[in-house]
Amino acid sequence: MKTELHTELPGRLIAVEGLDGSGKSTQMYLLKRWLEMKGLKVYFTEWNSSVIVKSATSKGKKRQLLTATTFSLIHCTDFADRYERQVLPLLKAGYLVLCDRYIYTAFARDAVRGCSRTWLRNLYGFARRPDIVFFFNTPLPVALSRILSGRPQLKYHEAGMDLRLSHDPYESFRLFQERIYNEYLAMKDEFSFITLDGAASIESQQRLVRETIAQAIDLPRYRWKTLR
Amino acid sequence: MKFYGEGIPGVEPSELIGKLIVIEGADGSGRSTQMELLRDYLENHGHATVDVGLRRSTLVSEELKEAKQGNVLGETTRSLFYATDFADQLENRIIPALKSGFIVLADRYIYTLMARDIVRGADSEWIRSLYGIALMPHLVIYLKVSPGQLVERNFRKNSTLDYWESGMDLGLSRDIFESFMRYQKLIQKEFNRMHQEYGFHVVNGNRSIRAVAMELTAKIEAVLDI
Repeated sequence: MKTELHTELPGRLIAVEGLDGSGKSTQMYLLKRWLEMKGLKVYFTEWNSSVIVKSATSKGKKRQLLTATTFSLIHCTDFADRYERQVLPLLKAGYLVLCDRYIYTAFARDAVRGCSRTWLRNLYGFARRPDIVFFFNTPLPVALSRILSGRPQLKYHEAGMDLRLSHDPYESFRLFQERIYNEYLAMKDEFSFITLDGAASIESQQRLVRETIAQAIDLPRYRWKTLR
Repeated sequence: MKFYGEGIPGVEPSELIGKLIVIEGADGSGRSTQMELLRDYLENHGHATVDVGLRRSTLVSEELKEAKQGNVLGETTRSLFYATDFADQLENRIIPALKSGFIVLADRYIYTLMARDIVRGADSEWIRSLYGIALMPHLVIYLKVSPGQLVERNFRKNSTLDYWESGMDLGLSRDIFESFMRYQKLIQKEFNRMHQEYGFHVVNGNRSIRAVAMELTAKIEAVLDI
């Protein structure tokens, strides 16, 4: 399996990372639209969508059966399923694969829950490094207010309640997100994130995203081979 | 006790005062029979025991059973699924029992999982790091039975050979008997290699139930000092 990691594949892997409310999904959507309208082979995938392990994940979450280690392992299983069945075959088929969250989400979130950073990096060692990782660096108060302003129902793990930081779900969420944010900041050089100012206008962020991609990737190579 | 690697966050191994005994071996090696005899023996001597095995976690055992039916999981996904099952039992059964001073009897442990993955081409460094969460047992017994005897015992018990125990997913042969023989040899080769590294106590399982049981109890008395 390891030899596969370093062989050059025809596809390209682009990931976005950032806090909930950082605006990354909006940027990813605009990027996808742009690439599609250029007539390129694009595929978009997001975290937590695989069918097979879904029942186990939701059962574990509902019954609060998960510890830091099992939480990490079940999400890694879920990721591996999507990786082996979607991401990798698409890269082999020469697609531009866009990932809304990738392994760095797990590195940040699971480290905050207490997992060893070395263990986590090994655990996800089967996954190829993306060609480009955008990190949407949105100031914490901005990201928090985008999520919390509507006073949404926060789920137990989403609010980080298992960390016992606070009894109040909103306060817990704030503290949890702050720790995740710090993990992202500590990782951005290690993994050469391309950091974008999440407080800038949607248009200027998107302009930068598109420029970066056009520079790094030979886009015309990713046109459809068949007539559509 | 000690962990093989990074361990489980928040668990202090020095607080684990129980004992962990593992029996490894293929289906038909006499594992479950010996497990039962061993439990009788230990309880007769006043030791409290807890038994664990593969695919018995509350968290994912159902899903694993389902996935076994159709060959739908990729290699890495399957590895991780089993690791999740293991971790769940480690944290929710093994560690609490060890804290309370029980003797934990494990009907297979990480070694079977590691051997299966490595035979299927997994990176051994990756596997080793993955199972760095596991505790080092006090004793690992490996019941070694020749593939020829395993076939006979499996036929006697189930009248058929199991798809996974025959390694049919590996495509070694389209013939299940041929595949079983070749797969079991591969697994044994991996166990022989691990035996050096992890210090298994290898027991010749080709003998009678009684002869094997006597060797096991003698070994356990010596190792656990009971």
